[in-house]
Amino acid sequence: MAIETLVLGAGQEVGKSCVLVTINGKRIMFDCGMHMGFLDHRRYPDFTLVDPNKDFNSAITCIIITHFHLDHVGALAYFTEVCGYSGPIYMTYPTKALAPLMLEDYRKVMVDRRGEEELFSSNQITECMKKVTAVDLRQTVQVDEDLQIRAYYAGHVIGAAMFYAKVGDAEMVYTGDYNMTPDRHLGAAQIDRLRLDLLITESTYATTIRDSRYAREREFLKAVHKCVSCGGKVLIPTFALGRAQELCILLEDYWERMNLKVPIYFSAGLTIQANAYYKMLISWTSQKIKDTYSKHNAFDFKNVQKFERSMIDAPGPCVLFATPGMISGGFSLEVFKHWAVSENNLVTLPGYCVAGTIGHKLMSDKRGKVDLDANTRIDVRCQVHQLAFSPHTDSKGIMDLVNFLAPKHVILVHGEKHKMASLKEKIHSEFGIQCYDPANNETICIPSTHYVNAETSDTFIRSCLSPNFTFQKCSSVDIYNSTTLDKNLMPMLQVEDERVSEGVLVVEKGKKAKIVHQDELLLMLEEQKHH
Amino acid sequence: MVYLSKRRRFVFDSFCGFDCSDYVNCLIGRTRRVTFADRFSIKCSLQTKVLLLLFLSLSSSTATLSAAIYKRLLISYSMKFTCLSKGRGFHFPPCHMLNFCGIRILLDCPLDLSALLAFSPIPTSLDCLSVVESFNTEANDFDSRVGFGKRQKIEKLLHAKSLLFGEPWYKTVNNLHLWNSSFIDVVLISSPMGIMGLPFLTRIKGFSAKIYVTEASARLGQLMMEDLISMHVEFRHFYGPEESNFPSWLRQEELETLPSELREIILGKDGLELGGWMPLYSAADVKDCMLKIHTLNYAEEACYNGTLVIKAFSSGMEIGSCNWILNSPKGDIAYVSGSSFISAHAMPFDYCSLQGTCALIYSDFFSLGDSHDSADGDNYSVSAADKLQPMSSQDLAGFIHNSDENSEEKEKLDFICSNTINYIQKGGSVLIPIDRLGTVLLLLEEMTTSLEASDLKVPVYIISSMAEELLALLNIIPEWLCKQRQEKLFAGEQLFAHVNLLKEKKIHVVPAIHSHELLINWQEPCIVFCPHWSMRMGPVVHLLRQWCGNPNSLLILEDVLNLELALLPFQPVAMKVLQCLFPSGIGLQTVQPLLKLLRPKTVLCPEELRLQINLSSEKSFSVLYYTEAETLKVPYRKHSSEIKIATDLASHFYWKTFIKEEINITKLKGELLMENARHHLLLENDNENSSCNKSLEHLGLPDSEKLMAALSKMGISGNIQHGMSDDAKSQTAFTIHIHDPYKASIEIGTTGTIITTADENVASSIYKIIDNILKAV
Repeated sequence: MAIETLVLGAGQEVGKSCVLVTINGKRIMFDCGMHMGFLDHRRYPDFTLVDPNKDFNSAITCIIITHFHLDHVGALAYFTEVCGYSGPIYMTYPTKALAPLMLEDYRKVMVDRRGEEELFSSNQITECMKKVTAVDLRQTVQVDEDLQIRAYYAGHVIGAAMFYAKVGDAEMVYTGDYNMTPDRHLGAAQIDRLRLDLLITESTYATTIRDSRYAREREFLKAVHKCVSCGGKVLIPTFALGRAQELCILLEDYWERMNLKVPIYFSAGLTIQANAYYKMLISWTSQKIKDTYSKHNAFDFKNVQKFERSMIDAPGPCVLFATPGMISGGFSLEVFKHWAVSENNLVTLPGYCVAGTIGHKLMSDKRGKVDLDANTRIDVRCQVHQLAFSPHTDSKGIMDLVNFLAPKHVILVHGEKHKMASLKEKIHSEFGIQCYDPANNETICIPSTHYVNAETSDTFIRSCLSPNFTFQKCSSVDIYNSTTLDKNLMPMLQVEDERVSEGVLVVEKGKKAKIVHQDELLLMLEEQKHH
Repeated sequence: MVYLSKRRRFVFDSFCGFDCSDYVNCLIGRTRRVTFADRFSIKCSLQTKVLLLLFLSLSSSTATLSAAIYKRLLISYSMKFTCLSKGRGFHFPPCHMLNFCGIRILLDCPLDLSALLAFSPIPTSLDCLSVVESFNTEANDFDSRVGFGKRQKIEKLLHAKSLLFGEPWYKTVNNLHLWNSSFIDVVLISSPMGIMGLPFLTRIKGFSAKIYVTEASARLGQLMMEDLISMHVEFRHFYGPEESNFPSWLRQEELETLPSELREIILGKDGLELGGWMPLYSAADVKDCMLKIHTLNYAEEACYNGTLVIKAFSSGMEIGSCNWILNSPKGDIAYVSGSSFISAHAMPFDYCSLQGTCALIYSDFFSLGDSHDSADGDNYSVSAADKLQPMSSQDLAGFIHNSDENSEEKEKLDFICSNTINYIQKGGSVLIPIDRLGTVLLLLEEMTTSLEASDLKVPVYIISSMAEELLALLNIIPEWLCKQRQEKLFAGEQLFAHVNLLKEKKIHVVPAIHSHELLINWQEPCIVFCPHWSMRMGPVVHLLRQWCGNPNSLLILEDVLNLELALLPFQPVAMKVLQCLFPSGIGLQTVQPLLKLLRPKTVLCPEELRLQINLSSEKSFSVLYYTEAETLKVPYRKHSSEIKIATDLASHFYWKTFIKEEINITKLKGELLMENARHHLLLENDNENSSCNKSLEHLGLPDSEKLMAALSKMGISGNIQHGMSDDAKSQTAFTIHIHDPYKASIEIGTTGTIITTADENVASSIYKIIDNILKAV
């Protein structure tokens, strides 16, 4: 018995997460993402490796999506509508609600802004989402007679989940992206202690250990406060979901405390709509926010107003959330062009920007001239603040999770190659757990647990339950007792209750294996005991 | 209550006062005493809990926590089921006690709020005076009777003044008090209504059970309990602090003077339920109770003690309500609480997940007619002609997706709405004291649309301390709702229309009738939704007093068991009363096909069902009937349980073959672990003592011929002396005397062998020879 793991994406890289796991004849595809850095065939996982004949429905038992980020769900509509997969797909309620927003947004960017040929249409996104079964946390879903899956809270974005899968006696967990420390609006990842054969975990921050996020948050708030108090404008380019809500909660809270009256704007459309989803999905956020729902829904931002294009050049300080993040184009770029020229203004950037975006250029040299395209060049004088908190777990978090779950094998995905190698070494040396970091399109095969089923008689189970107290001080009382432990380290009197029973496994021809108590065996064999 | 399709109609009647003399009821003589001895034997099988470790054979080492399990010392051979209360209707679900695998499980802990009918609502000042007067005259009457020396029992007529005038107490499940609450291991709450009595239990010292509730039920239940407390405060303000711990109406002599109807409410039909009355719990008790519960999602596995895996599945009755599956090594049990195929907004009845259990406890009392036998028996009881032909299983699927039911529902709603509009147009107001969440939400959405359609601008008020929080809550629990509502989430729309209605100020939500916001906005005619359905407390009391004389106003009720009694304090009632039965429960027709579909091996049914459905012809499952307060024992089908042996351990087994190679035997050494209701046998972690093979068991008798041959092979010679067969007492089969190369004797008995020799080495070599010949395990 073995578990076979084929890494179709996010092997020794970040992007297009897609792992195909075969357990006891069932094939599960975890995530179906796209790579944001490529525009050619490399942007999607190589689905021909799943089944060369492209008969995906018989090749795959089910697809599981961990969260709504494009590098985890981006290829789904393509896979179902273009490649023709029509089997079951599972994701949590928030993911099902928000994933189409992300896909639609991406499609628009592709088609409207870059003028590319679309890979899937709006209609196809809708059709794709109809095939999705929404699951709740900890709900045990029986996919078919043998395959059981269950979602656990991952705390990466709203609705992010780690997925547990069990086929027969083989059990595994695929974490997706997760965060082991709670943030402003989400709780920390939570999982049961399971008996796993395999853990597939992300390793974005394989070697980083972060300090308290509160310090980083303070830094951000201070920078914003300083800017607006000097009459400057703050531009926060974000994607519609996740980070925007988190930062907004942070700012709202700060505004209340400092009694600031400076307006906070959301650029129209998507972000406001996204807030409506967040309001309904508040039970998927952190406990602190959840508890406030009755009096005031935390996503009902009081200080937030809608931003109009005409307000770009209006005087006075303000904070603006604009899409898309990384200033890759669209409205955030338009605003950036106007605001970047003043020293008073501030632009905040996320911790990671894809190469080729303005965000990436700004991060590499903070001040100076930035080329927008061949014809336009901007003299960037505004301040640039880089956000130093991220919803990914750090290396300590990964080690904690591995230690907690104590799986028999670990596979690392979603990280940088050299960092993964060092984490792999660490996991192997510290816990003695076999660890792998396969590259894309590589297959890892590991053995899985298998139990032999037997019956056991009540007498035997009962005999196991009779108390058997032993007092370590006079160890001769119990001949079965361990006396090899170092006596010096033991307290004077140690009371143990080891239930010891005499069990015998009997396999009779043509019958099921049965465990009986020793006394029963004699009856069974119709013989007498002989000393 | 019978919800046959035929009978799903409205009781639409106008009450212009009624003659109490028509309503004299006789005391119900039927008494069924519960044998206390019976109960006691159950209680006696309690055992102490010991933290223990399970090891097998020659295991050792100190405790590893993963292996530590709690376990009863006794494993019972059967499951025991006791119905504590059949409950009564939607607001008072049934309550049972189940002993499964030695674990005592309480199923639901409800409160009989219909018993509030025995109390008088808070009187207006005028009322108050008259009541006190009447008390005085009654007292005089009584005195005079005593004076005559004739202690006659005079059946009193029911009158508004005979209602109990005092701070109400609350009626819990009486039979539950016969159990020691500290011996309950697990409490399962199936619906928000089933949690109402829980704070009484959790505040008892020594109560330590694990309580499992679905998250939605817990939240709704908490709101309902807090609302109950806030409504009760009004009584406390009116009556002031209690003078004693024992209210006067509980005294025997007072009870005897009560009209029979009230006496029945207080004492129950059998006159045994006095012990169930309790003064209301406090807000702190509720808070404490909520801290003790474990919330679950649907289909989430909760494992109790490693022995019992507990799972909740949607029952379709109310948001968060559920049925249960209990899994243990001894088999599995399905508990079907009140369930409904027509779920208003809640997630539909998930019956597929309840399939193929060893036993199924059927506890949906809505499909039964008996809950009404005390009131209006004629109206509701089932006549023989009504015994419907059961549908076949194939029909079930059809029935479930039958649009008839839904269209009937729709008709009903339309009927209510058109009536509402009529009365509004007449200038009257409409009062809706309905507390069934599903119904309220349906009515709210329907009514506002029909108001809009008829272009009427009347305000809709929701007056309740919990309404604001409840409405906010409803919009954040998409996971607990039906498909149509979930689609709204995915489309980015609000789950319920009330969010927008609130924004548009079409409905007004206020916490109490004296709220400032209500006073400044108040406008008549209007439509008011408010608690409480018992019409004894909450805003409804005040509004009913206000409007009961107005024939143009309308009172819409859910089905109240005893309408006359409910309206008694407000007589004369000129207001029109519309009582509507909303279907709940599985429905008689569907019971049999449903059970067939679920394929349990044994079904536990309420006795009442026997009269209504003939299940005896059923071959696929056996049926047992239960009655209130009697313990039913259901033997387990298996006397063995499954165990899973790790392959790495199995590969270490040393097998011995017996009896013409038909049986293979091996001795076990490993760690027994109980996890997720399964026994596991795992390889031990420690490597010590691995060579301990000394405790071999020898079986049978050594064959004398073989032994002699083996001895001579080793160069030992001797002769056999067969046992003295005439000596019956002697256990010796034969003796071998060895004289060469040394002197020894081997005495072989039926149960043992004795080797006698002077030299230890000789003894051990002989032992080895015998050891080889004997079959050892």
